Amino acid sequence: MIFAALKKRLKYFDLDVSLSCLPGRMTVMIGPSGGGKTTIIRMLAGLQSPDEGRVVFGDEIWFDSDCGINVKPQKRRLGYVFQDYNLFPHLNLFDNAAFAAVDKKEVDGLFDLFKIGHLKKRKPHLVSGGERQRCAICQALARHPRLLLLDEPFSALDVVTRRGLREELKSLKGNLACPVIYVTHDINEALFLADEILPVVDGKKDPGWMQRTITREPKEGMTARGAREPRLALVY
Amino acid sequence: MDYMALYVTLKLAVVTTIILVVLAAPVAYLLAFARFPGKSFVEALIYLPMALPPTVIGFYLIILMGPRGWVGGIWQAVTGGSLLFTFLGITVASIIYSLPFAIQPMKAAFSKIDRRLLENAYILGLSRRAAFLRVVLPNSVSGIAAAAVLVFLHSIGAFGVLLMVGGSIPGETKVASIAIYEAVEMMNYTAAGMIALSFLPISYVFLLLINKLNEGARA
Repeated sequence: MIFAALKKRLKYFDLDVSLSCLPGRMTVMIGPSGGGKTTIIRMLAGLQSPDEGRVVFGDEIWFDSDCGINVKPQKRRLGYVFQDYNLFPHLNLFDNAAFAAVDKKEVDGLFDLFKIGHLKKRKPHLVSGGERQRCAICQALARHPRLLLLDEPFSALDVVTRRGLREELKSLKGNLACPVIYVTHDINEALFLADEILPVVDGKKDPGWMQRTITREPKEGMTARGAREPRLALVY
Repeated sequence: MDYMALYVTLKLAVVTTIILVVLAAPVAYLLAFARFPGKSFVEALIYLPMALPPTVIGFYLIILMGPRGWVGGIWQAVTGGSLLFTFLGITVASIIYSLPFAIQPMKAAFSKIDRRLLENAYILGLSRRAAFLRVVLPNSVSGIAAAAVLVFLHSIGAFGVLLMVGGSIPGETKVASIAIYEAVEMMNYTAAGMIALSFLPISYVFLLLINKLNEGARA
């Protein structure tokens, strides 16, 4: 499992958050843009360092400010899917997914699973955004990651594609043996995917954020509405 | 026609281009990605040959590479020979003279690469060096080719620097531009015209190549 307690001084607020996730489970970080979600996930990956805190994976310490430990991203062996920019433009989809594969033969199986087998020889700019993200997930999984980080992987996609991929990811999760941390600002996505939800606002855990966002909280001094209607449909 | 001078010119340009592309790539990479104190001073120093008159560069190279200069001194202690008035000497001069033209296009090409691609390479387990070889280089081929063409063209045109450092020893340091100059000095316009004419197609074809590369980079 992964456990992290992170503190970092940022430009507009101080980030102070702790989170954990068990193998085969998914923790979804949700919150408004600019709230520190991506910074948290980058600290888990080792791309940025917290000012203070610990990141522990199983019995390995990845980061500890007291002992001066900071394991490089290369050594953490994790999968990280960004919103875009995972794929190397000079390689075709197959070579992209096989880029850091433990066993290149597995890539074919992953491509079949994600239904992009027919696009193996295409360059990333010649396929759709959804196909690129499928390939990015294959690239991350082919490395046999010990931890999977997904930072708004589907938010550049249209609603229909996003919904399809979300479902594929949910069914995939059952077969994964590693913890998955997923960042989104989409409440539906969070409710659909999460085993655990961590709302992050201005760098801190804010358990009430979801409730406040879904229901139209009457401002103080205003008479409450008769019914609090959901602003967002929870299920498409 | 002075084929020997043309041969020396082409040999010098090819050697300069190969050495400079290999040498300049890691330097350009550092300038594009690394942050270190005094970077802008280092960068200005590297571009200095572009801003100095060639004779000034030549002058300082004579001082440095002469038997009493520290480069020339070391060279003489190790090999027993002189660095001035040799092909090796003008190669060093040509490399320094063309250095900015190698660094600039490569740095521009490297800077265009998204940092997130590099971060992904690190996450996928690549060391910085491996990421440079497997991600940065293949995605900046056209910039590197543009640098090579520019360096090649710039070094076939070198004159003042080479004359000062190498003199005009036929077959060793007498390049085509010096041969033209000397032919004109001796009022031998036919000989000068022949060599001059041979430059035209070379330069024109290489310029076409640069345009093609720039189009490729934009697409």
